[in-house]
Amino acid sequence: MEHTDLLIDWSRAQFALTALYHWLFVPLTLGLTFIVAIMETIYVRTGDIWWKKTTKFWMGLLAINFAIGLATGIIMEFEFGTNWSNYAWIVGDIFGAPLAIEGLMAFFMESTFFAVMFFGWDKVSKKMHLTSTWLVAIGSNLSALWILIANGWMQHPVGMHFNPDTARNEMENFWEVFFNPNGVSKFLHTVSSGYVLASLFVIAISAWYLLKNRNILFAKRSIIVASSFGLITSLFLLTSGDESAFQVAQEQPMKLAAMEGLYIGEERAGIVAMGLLNTEKVLGDENDVFHFKFEIPNALSFLGYHSLDAFVPGIHDLVYGNKEHHIISVSQKMQKGKKAVEALKHYKTYKKEGNSKKAIEALKVFEANQAYMGYGYLNKPEDAVPNVALTFYSFHTMVGLGTWFLLLFILTLYFSMNNQIAQKKWLLYAGLFTLPMGYIAQEAGWIVAEAGRQPWAIQDLLPVGMAASNVASTSVMITFWLFAVLFTGLLIAEIKIMLKQIKIGPEGAHEHV
Amino acid sequence: MKLTSLLKKLFYFYIDGFKAMTLGKNLWILIIIKLFILFVVIKWIFFPNYLATHFTNDTQRSIYILEQLTKEI
Repeated sequence: MEHTDLLIDWSRAQFALTALYHWLFVPLTLGLTFIVAIMETIYVRTGDIWWKKTTKFWMGLLAINFAIGLATGIIMEFEFGTNWSNYAWIVGDIFGAPLAIEGLMAFFMESTFFAVMFFGWDKVSKKMHLTSTWLVAIGSNLSALWILIANGWMQHPVGMHFNPDTARNEMENFWEVFFNPNGVSKFLHTVSSGYVLASLFVIAISAWYLLKNRNILFAKRSIIVASSFGLITSLFLLTSGDESAFQVAQEQPMKLAAMEGLYIGEERAGIVAMGLLNTEKVLGDENDVFHFKFEIPNALSFLGYHSLDAFVPGIHDLVYGNKEHHIISVSQKMQKGKKAVEALKHYKTYKKEGNSKKAIEALKVFEANQAYMGYGYLNKPEDAVPNVALTFYSFHTMVGLGTWFLLLFILTLYFSMNNQIAQKKWLLYAGLFTLPMGYIAQEAGWIVAEAGRQPWAIQDLLPVGMAASNVASTSVMITFWLFAVLFTGLLIAEIKIMLKQIKIGPEGAHEHV
Repeated sequence: MKLTSLLKKLFYFYIDGFKAMTLGKNLWILIIIKLFILFVVIKWIFFPNYLATHFTNDTQRSIYILEQLTKEI
């Protein structure tokens, strides 16, 4: 079998489907564990039994989300082994350590602290129980850390050396991989987005109770905690988003250009606050990029380079080069990439023939051009451009919704502190209907991160076409639909079980989860 | 003796916890069904490890990947 566009498209679609479904469950767990820990801390400090009931109710919903989401991510590891075997082999040495630590951490955390959190209410001291709840929150987030370090490495590969004999990237410096700025900013931005989603979740359910005139005190208290947590973490999300964009500008300028629909680079570049892309626009033609747009002047230069006057390269500059700004074209990168691939081939041949002198020479050529190796597999320069519309709209959806969430937290906190929240029906409805938007923003964020870095599986080094296995596209197609059914079933189960628990409410909730 | 007592306590901590579960029982059933589907049905039938099933050792796998990486030229 040979790689075909159909196989690669189905393999990508399947991975996207599993990743997007998996991410429906994860962020709520990341954030709700902290909200529950905060509520329990209030209970332990005040001794107010209401806070214990409140904590237990949200802990029950956390348990449902955790149980349904459990192991949904493992499917991506199956896919690495079957559909993405070239990729899995090439990154194996880098991913092995973080994923093993993640697996061990998750296992020990879940089997000990989770058990104390759910089983230990009247069996261990209050402080011991509270410590376990906080450790569950910290541990869940640390599990995410390892996965996001691995993802950060794909976006900006550092701390490794490609071994031409084994065809694997070998870790040279663990700390360089661990402190990869791309991975760190990705972790902070991603987990803080989970905190915001969990805050929206608590506000939405509490708003529903207030609209139904049920569990008033419980709902008001929950909204105060969630709004405070949501407001603080939204501000942090904003800061980490700024850092993420800065990292993208340095390491993945094509992604930044696609995020803003910037075809021709400019100094003092603005951010498109709102805009409608012209779908007929093709790279290199004279068509306008936008039908209309509202721009914030200088903001993109500041976001990407922390300078109001900085030049931000556009897609055209990055594909065809820009001598004034020392940007080399994709054609030049392709030439270097082809040299690297050819040298690797020669190295292999000379090694086999026992000609070590020539093998060393070939290796030198390979190492001189290795940074552009992935470009050697592209067919034409335009292949280096991601889907602009998908990246642009996903980015703007995420940012627009994130701004709304911040405003919502300010409003819900203000009216809660003034004890007027129950009378503000419009705000309660807004809180209720914002919950699905929270999930949309989550998924949009991942689309920006992953679709925006196409065509790369590993930035600049390995395009997705070379990362895929030679398997039958029909088998990938079948498993795609299998997963679609399985995940949809799990999602329906989650929603049904959750709705049932919410309808029962905190008063009628079971003493034991 | 102390260790046995501690292990006993730990054992009953989990047993009592599972016995007292209400909603959790259904969640555990769901988790077990899901893990069975994932690891026994899906992994076993649909997701064999490509390199593990096609090659017997890492040397063969390396050679194959290098061929893949250099075949375009």
